[in-house]
Amino acid sequence: MRNLAKILSGSGSRITLFILGIITWALLNWPPDWQHIIVGIFVSAFVAYMTGDFFLKRPHLLTHAGRYLWFFYYTPIFLWECLKANIDVAYRVIHPNLPIHPGIVKVRTSLKNDTALTFLANSITLTPGTLSVDVDKEKGVLYVHWIEVKTKDTEEATKCIVEKFERILKRIFE
Amino acid sequence: MINTIGLVFISVGLFFDFVGCLGLVRLPDVYNRLQASTKCVTLGTCSILFGAFLIHGMTAAGTKSLLCILFLILTSPVSAHALARAAHKSGVKLWEKSVVDRYEEDGN
Repeated sequence: MRNLAKILSGSGSRITLFILGIITWALLNWPPDWQHIIVGIFVSAFVAYMTGDFFLKRPHLLTHAGRYLWFFYYTPIFLWECLKANIDVAYRVIHPNLPIHPGIVKVRTSLKNDTALTFLANSITLTPGTLSVDVDKEKGVLYVHWIEVKTKDTEEATKCIVEKFERILKRIFE
Repeated sequence: MINTIGLVFISVGLFFDFVGCLGLVRLPDVYNRLQASTKCVTLGTCSILFGAFLIHGMTAAGTKSLLCILFLILTSPVSAHALARAAHKSGVKLWEKSVVDRYEEDGN
């Protein structure tokens, strides 16, 4: 009985992975029928059993409803920035004089969590003129390649690049 | 109607993909080329896939294109980051007109 409780308490991560696996499998084999779903249940269960404990470090955070709302708030902002980024790069590429002043700047972040840092680095890569080159987790520093360097100063670059995402990501993941 | 919207999405996607490839040829160094190819090709390809989803609806092809959008958004920035970092570590220089290189200054 005690063993069962132990397994269940550590299984939030596995259950989440199992559900995500089933959903992915069902979408891959759309329209769903019984044979595919049954095979999918076995495959997802196997994957969740083998790799489930690496998937989420703090599964209890999944039950906080506010985080999902912040995520829905984050998605349109991200898509809008992504569209702006594309128009910006398209303009620079098509312009005959190639108006670029590239360079690698340093920005600070207060995020500590792995998932949050990954999302931050990915968002920076997909938003206007910036590409994250390296992350230093201990010092809380990101090195960002900027196609149009507006400022060499760390604090001001942080204000330009990181802050609009950091504020929201902190509420989602921290 | 939905077909037309899908075709518009596919055309926009093709335009951005084209610009991404043009950037790959025109821009001067590895990092700038990665910028162009990552951003434009991600949004361009996602747009093409979304157009395909609108035209096909919830069929076998449609759901697969939705999944592709998700995986593309998750993986393409990560691979760009890995390429840029590896290029810098193995000593690929920035373009000579680059303004600043803090990564080099910090001894990486």
